[in-house]
Amino acid sequence: MTDIAWIDAAISSARPQAVGALLRYFRDLDLAEEAFQEACLRALRNWPKNGPPRDPAAWLIFVGRNAALDQVRRRAKQTALPDEDQISDLDDAEGAVAEAIDNSDYRDDVLRLLFTCCHPDLPATQQIALALRIVSGLSVKQIAKAFLVSEAAMEQRITRAKRKIGEGNVPFEAPGPIERAERLAAVMAMIYLVFNEGYSAYGGEAEARGPLCDEAIRLTRLLLRLYPSEPELMGLLALMLLQHARSAARFDTNGAIVLLEDQIRALWQRDKINEGLALLDKAIRHQQRGAYQVQAAIAALHARAATAADTDWTQIELLYRALEEMQPSPVVTLNRAVAVSKAQGPEAALALIAPLADRLDGYFYFHGVRGAFLSQLNRNAEARDAYGRAIALAQTPAEAAHIRQHLDKLQADSAAAKK
Amino acid sequence: MLYAFLCYNNEAAVMSWTQEEDDAVMAKLDVVHQRLANEGRMGPSMRLMPTSAATTLVKEKDLILDGPYAETKEALLGLYILDCKDLDHAHSVARELAQANPGGAYEVRPIRLYVQGADQSHAAP
Repeated sequence: MTDIAWIDAAISSARPQAVGALLRYFRDLDLAEEAFQEACLRALRNWPKNGPPRDPAAWLIFVGRNAALDQVRRRAKQTALPDEDQISDLDDAEGAVAEAIDNSDYRDDVLRLLFTCCHPDLPATQQIALALRIVSGLSVKQIAKAFLVSEAAMEQRITRAKRKIGEGNVPFEAPGPIERAERLAAVMAMIYLVFNEGYSAYGGEAEARGPLCDEAIRLTRLLLRLYPSEPELMGLLALMLLQHARSAARFDTNGAIVLLEDQIRALWQRDKINEGLALLDKAIRHQQRGAYQVQAAIAALHARAATAADTDWTQIELLYRALEEMQPSPVVTLNRAVAVSKAQGPEAALALIAPLADRLDGYFYFHGVRGAFLSQLNRNAEARDAYGRAIALAQTPAEAAHIRQHLDKLQADSAAAKK
Repeated sequence: MLYAFLCYNNEAAVMSWTQEEDDAVMAKLDVVHQRLANEGRMGPSMRLMPTSAATTLVKEKDLILDGPYAETKEALLGLYILDCKDLDHAHSVARELAQANPGGAYEVRPIRLYVQGADQSHAAP
């Protein structure tokens, strides 16, 4: 790895702490970002000469703060000075800063920065775009590519989102335990959205969106270093690692979806799976139930099965039942029905999803699953209808192609039966 | 003489490497590993999982904390590689060792990559 690549990695990994601390000093997102940019420019000049500092985040915070204060002072000649207590004073030297900014400062800074992006008035896609821009430091171009919009449109979207945040009150006081837990929950939900933006991509999109999965994992690792005893954080990281481990097996060479049971398990990434399992082990010790832990436990049972036939569907069904209690939703019930069909047969599964028909009528996956249950029961005419509905509702060509395969198979089977 | 080489680095930065960057570093290391192996010098080597996967048994308090061992007063004096069924099992093994040798702590860190290396029993001092 070259020096520049190393400096790049050191800067980008220090970014959430550094921007978070600068936001605490200046209470202004734009100023914090400018300060960080300036610090990065100086790092690029200084680090190749002097080697990277021991604590890159502390260095960037110190240098960024100085640079921005100069800026504020220069501007102050034209406008009134900001309130004294809005800007921390500056007599401490770099070493002292490194000590002063201990873990507890960092963790609230990073959490505040992420939480700022979770403004409830912002739609989910804007929250994600903002977090990727501000916290992760992805370029507008990269984010635009991931969201399949033009750079100008994304620029505008981010500017608007920032304005919205500027209007609201970013919470600057150190949070109490309950607030901290609430912020953490909101931030975890947002990070999981980032992950799913990457995970749900297929074909040509996957290349542009794949890095979102890595970024979500990186942010969660960072949060877990700052909050080492949060079982749900361990659960979320485990869940994402266990899902992401399957990425190379999820699509065939034509870009078509390969279902979990048909995936070539040798393509699953063992090191990600092992880390996910280790984290889940750690989380379970705390004996605090949580939705991410349960979902990770389900993913872990799939990961542990050497072949699809070895899958412990009875246990998976129980876990979906637990998830249903925690987060009642027809989609969770639908997933439980898939486990029921494997453990008890399609009849029981069909009965379980019958009451969901009204609420999930517009949902592609519901009709796809229902079609599969019906065809397992040899109710082929009904299965064909269900698959037809699914195709009509498919949102991606890959989804449609996948159902089309089932329909073709149904056709071939019934043709063979007639002979 | 057998030497242990303990690898320290900026974890956040290393975990930020892309797969390609990671592979490139590993490929460069492999060249050195290969030469050392040919010379019969290469013992077991391993890459640990991130510190976020670690737990620590504080022996005197019989307390298991999440995260790596963070105190700086104590020094690293030795290490074990043990094959355990799961984390619970690893903790019970750590407690058994702690009974025999109280004081200090055991950080229990899962191993990401383990390479056995050559048998070096002949090289022991």
